[in-house]
Amino acid sequence: MRPPRDTLKNPEQELRVFRLRALLAIVVVLALTGLLAGRLAYLQIVQHEVYSTRSEKNRVRVEPLPPTRGLIYDRNGVLLAENRPTYNLTLVRERVDDLDETLALLVELLELPEDKQQAFRERSRQRQRPFQPALLMSDLDEEQIARLAVNRHRLPGVEVQAQLLRYYPDAEVMSHVLGYVGRINAEELEDLDAGDYAGTHFIGKTGVERFYEDVLHGQAGLRKVETNARGRVLRELGRTDPIPGETLTLTLDHELQRLAVELLDGRRGAIVAVAPQTGEILAMASVPGFDTNQFVTGIDVASYRALQDDIDLPLFNRAIRGSYPAGSTIKPFMAITGLKEGEITPDEVIYDPGYYQLPNDSRRYRNWLRWGHGRVDLERALAVSNNTYFYSLAHDLGIDRIHDSLSRFGFGQRVAADVAGESSALLPSRDWKRARFNQPWYPGETLSVGIGQGYLQITPLQLATATAVLANRGDWVQPRLALEIGDAPVPTELPDTPPDIELDNPVWWERVYSGMEKVLSGREGTARRSGAGLEYRMAGKSGTAQVFSLGQDEKYDAEELQERLRDHALFMAFAPVDNPQIAVSVIVENAGGGSSQTAGLARAMTDFWLLERQDGEALAARQDASEEEGG
Amino acid sequence: MPMIDLVPGRRAYPVKPPQSGISRKRSLWERIHLDPWLLAMLLVLMLSGLVVLYSASGQRLEVVIAQGVRFGVALTGMLIIAQFSPATLLRWALPAYLVGLAMLVAVEVMGDMGMGAQRWLVIPGVVRFQPSEMMKLAVPMMVSAWLCRRELPPRWRDLGVCAVLIGAPVLLIARQPDLGTSLLVAMAAVFVILLAGLSWRIILLLGALAASALPLLWMNMHDYQRQRVLTFLDPESDPLGAGWNIIQSTTAIGSGGLWGKGWLQGTQSQLEFLPERHTDFIVAVLGEEFGLVGMLAFLALYLLIVCRGLWLAGAAQETFGRLLAGSIILTFFIYVFVNVGMVSGILPVVGVPLPLVSYGGTSSVTLLAGFGILMAIHSHRRLLPR
Repeated sequence: MRPPRDTLKNPEQELRVFRLRALLAIVVVLALTGLLAGRLAYLQIVQHEVYSTRSEKNRVRVEPLPPTRGLIYDRNGVLLAENRPTYNLTLVRERVDDLDETLALLVELLELPEDKQQAFRERSRQRQRPFQPALLMSDLDEEQIARLAVNRHRLPGVEVQAQLLRYYPDAEVMSHVLGYVGRINAEELEDLDAGDYAGTHFIGKTGVERFYEDVLHGQAGLRKVETNARGRVLRELGRTDPIPGETLTLTLDHELQRLAVELLDGRRGAIVAVAPQTGEILAMASVPGFDTNQFVTGIDVASYRALQDDIDLPLFNRAIRGSYPAGSTIKPFMAITGLKEGEITPDEVIYDPGYYQLPNDSRRYRNWLRWGHGRVDLERALAVSNNTYFYSLAHDLGIDRIHDSLSRFGFGQRVAADVAGESSALLPSRDWKRARFNQPWYPGETLSVGIGQGYLQITPLQLATATAVLANRGDWVQPRLALEIGDAPVPTELPDTPPDIELDNPVWWERVYSGMEKVLSGREGTARRSGAGLEYRMAGKSGTAQVFSLGQDEKYDAEELQERLRDHALFMAFAPVDNPQIAVSVIVENAGGGSSQTAGLARAMTDFWLLERQDGEALAARQDASEEEGG
Repeated sequence: MPMIDLVPGRRAYPVKPPQSGISRKRSLWERIHLDPWLLAMLLVLMLSGLVVLYSASGQRLEVVIAQGVRFGVALTGMLIIAQFSPATLLRWALPAYLVGLAMLVAVEVMGDMGMGAQRWLVIPGVVRFQPSEMMKLAVPMMVSAWLCRRELPPRWRDLGVCAVLIGAPVLLIARQPDLGTSLLVAMAAVFVILLAGLSWRIILLLGALAASALPLLWMNMHDYQRQRVLTFLDPESDPLGAGWNIIQSTTAIGSGGLWGKGWLQGTQSQLEFLPERHTDFIVAVLGEEFGLVGMLAFLALYLLIVCRGLWLAGAAQETFGRLLAGSIILTFFIYVFVNVGMVSGILPVVGVPLPLVSYGGTSSVTLLAGFGILMAIHSHRRLLPR
């Protein structure tokens, strides 16, 4: 449709209207410009402080610098835990052109097996902050590093980063006592000082690594860096260096520890050796062990499950958590208790018909030798491990006095100064039984305790400690693992210790020792075969612990069942008798009766320590020094 | 080129010889049809813009050079356009409009995907072209051409025709979707109508109508467009997503203070906290590094350009040129206002560059072409046909 003709056009009028409107437009333009200027003035003058601060916060970031973890040495300066530089493969997705192509190339270069490729690809797609490197693979070997270096130009965004990682050179041997570090979990994170652990990914999980976490960790440093919006660090504005963790020197002797593990030879068991006068733990082995290094790099689920489900419980630290019936190894301590309480004298003789009967009770508590040992005094009772003697003694003492005396040897309590995760095992008492079963204590139960059975349970560490106290003539000594922290020796004076044990006649100690020597060297000694050819005076006591029953749901094949129902074999010993330098406890699970095996292991330990160890003199010197200090 | 007149057989302009019978010697500026004042101000603006761009681009000289080359091309275009008389422009109004509309339809049908929105028309190997940019000039030209022939002030019927002329391209551009450009195109056309003297009664009525239509607009918006509006209302609601731009840009401007942090010293800008800092958000760099003083200087320069432009428009002899020139210069101001308002957080984020400062070729060419028209209208006033 055509528009109608305009007949009334008036150029003058149109010009006037336009100029009016243009003027109006200028007013509006000025007003709007004023609005902008006002807004800018508000932002840049009134709110300047606020935005200045915000802008500063924007660009400056504080990054933690994790400290280097302290090294751990044995008493002779053998490195037990170190920090090894490892090379990790990282990838910054923002700088990668074609992710699939890059990954394919990496798989080819690293020659990854099929099963690892999937995890590899998944890790590259994990959510990350922009420009934060994603960890694809840790612990590259030298060949892989070399290949990556050669192909660097083809792999933008891919980097090999150095990181210090905990490494245990002799992991299997030291596994339980040293423990390991692992990635900090959410639970641990809550209790940690956020500042100090900001840059730290690992924390001591078990053993020494856990107990001395504070000492080993050190103090985090920090650096202020300028970053861009994507979090990329552009330059450093200032830094406070971290303070590395302290070097820790342990009382352990690596060689002795290794010997202990070798002696156990794959059988389930534990050996603990303590220096009686100082409490220094010389060896603390639990077999089987495991490779702690796996836990540092992050153990895969299958391997972990295998360890956890292993019937031999390799993750279980038998030396401090294994609760075993003490068996006859309790007898020397019972003897001391009897002497202290005046219930017996060394020369007092009883007649053993092969059994013991409580008054007004027809039940016969049998000696292990059915026809009895006949006339038995204290030394012979220890040498032949007579039960009737100790039944009688236990009955005379009663559970209360037994409990009080045995606890002075450290039974039923956590004994060590610095061992994480120790079990207190069980030293029964009337109160305990009432609380536990709501039952009174029966006299028959006292007899069982008297020969190390019944409710009584001990850990290998407790047994070694008690042996050390015995060797010390009743002077309490607390076992410990740390010899020096940094350059400073760890003080041996520790509060809240059990009172020392005193006998009316100090010579009686010698009588007990003599009985224990006869175990190894006497004509009737239960471990006389192991004691043959001793070049020093060694006192010991064998023990057999009955394995009561299996859990109802546990299924073993017939052969396993047989093997695992056998008795545990124990031995405790110290030597030399006139100047004790080592106290040892040995436990071999399901070794069957007979103490020859375990006694032999203990003998091998003392032989090594006293005859082969070159620093025997140095040890003696240190003991002399500490004695002088102590007055 | 064949003359296409809106109403065949009728001359577009009434015959009216120049007032001065005396043939005065024309100056150099008059001969090349440029306005020296306007040109000088534009050059100052562009050169200052390049200085800011060097900083905003992360000190990449090649970006500055590329922008300089575009300015050269755009200035050449301006010079060429300035040579055409308003009469020629009037003849071209309809064909330019129709071609632009056709291309918009083409984009709609087979447009290339770019930046998530269909805006580009590509003839492979020859040219990449954004028809919506062309419509920023073609639509006000068309509306001016229509209205200049009508009795003014415009009546309802004229408005109806204008609504169709404006509505078709604006809807097509909005569908691309490019809300910023479609609003700018609509604004340019609306300015023509307002300058033509639309009665206040109608303005108020339509204003009220538009306000009541806002909910309708909201319902037809894309999600990301709604998000922008919501983010504008409360940037902190999504500080790392849509609100990031606004938070970072206001932080940049605010931290600039009165005197700014100095050229190349803006931490927000140089450390890449600002997104799109050398294109739509370049004002943030300006504000951070040159402070309130620098910002006011730029605003003053823009204000002077607008005033000069309006003065030139008011001096035009013919209604078509007058309306078109007024619309072009007011649209130029709208660019400035919307861009600065958006970056400083008083307007929602729409893709509008800071004219002649933001990096980008197309908008510079369009803007300078507009100034070319403005200058042509002014400098040809004594040289009307016959």
